Amino acid sequence: MSDLLQLSDVLVFGAVLFVLSLAGIFLNRKNLIIILMSIELMLLAVNTNFIAFSSYQGNMHGQVFVFFILTVAAAEAAIGLALLVLLFRNKHSINVDDLSEMKG
Amino acid sequence: MGIEKLLFYVFAATAVLASLGVIGSRNPVRAALFLVLAFVSTAGIWLLMQAEFLGIVLILVYVGAVMVLFLFVIMMLDINLTPLREGFTRYLPLGVAVGVVVLAEMSLVLNPQFFGLEHFPSPIALAAGDSNTKMLGQLLFTEYLYAFELAAVLLLLAIVAAIVLTLRRRNRHEALYQDIGAQVRVQASDRLTMVKMPAVVAVKEAKEKESGDE
Repeated sequence: MSDLLQLSDVLVFGAVLFVLSLAGIFLNRKNLIIILMSIELMLLAVNTNFIAFSSYQGNMHGQVFVFFILTVAAAEAAIGLALLVLLFRNKHSINVDDLSEMKG
Repeated sequence: MGIEKLLFYVFAATAVLASLGVIGSRNPVRAALFLVLAFVSTAGIWLLMQAEFLGIVLILVYVGAVMVLFLFVIMMLDINLTPLREGFTRYLPLGVAVGVVVLAEMSLVLNPQFFGLEHFPSPIALAAGDSNTKMLGQLLFTEYLYAFELAAVLLLLAIVAAIVLTLRRRNRHEALYQDIGAQVRVQASDRLTMVKMPAVVAVKEAKEKESGDE
């Protein structure tokens, strides 16, 4: 065990965060809001990995990528929540099981 | 243990506990607040990784804008929570099993043997006068300029999409809403009627009137 902070520590933290959000999608598979939040958490874990590698390799390109992922995630959250509001207005429910019209 | 590592463990433990709160809480408002905590502690870890700009952007944009939007939507919708919790205990064993397996597989690779200090030495501190924000800006406005502009267009698209999706038309004939298609289709003949009038008579009459006044 090293005294200094090493890359694997941060990578394991990212992995734990990712696995927790994956489990969150499994466990709350009826609640659309929690699923959206779990996806946000997953993106956060991936961004943490990007930043850790960028910092330990002295390469700034990873941080530029994180910047763009943040932009896309903000757009995704805005549109996802708009769809959620639309869905609730039409169905009065955000239960995933109520969305079976397409019988996929 | 160095102060850096201690801080890392504090932030990481807070973030992991907060994400457990996100996936486990009964109330979506509470889950959103736990997610805010997870974001803030992860921003601390990003700061430790010398990514100051992104750490602060995470707090400003994510906690300040996206999570407030989430809370707004959750509080606006009147959600019946009971049916949404069904299946939590049913899927708990499967979720935990998948999580444990994925985490075990990942930690086989992500251990200090492959990603330790021998392979990736600690990052060196930046030289005086050099900052993370400056370096990021230099890359963003030169090499990634085109992608940066595309990201701006994407945000504009998201604004328009969110507004169009949630726009509710109450009454189509209300003056508040304009039908752009109908406005473009309109032709001069629909609105303008040409009336033929003998112009000469009008001039003559005007002249007679003028002379009458004198």
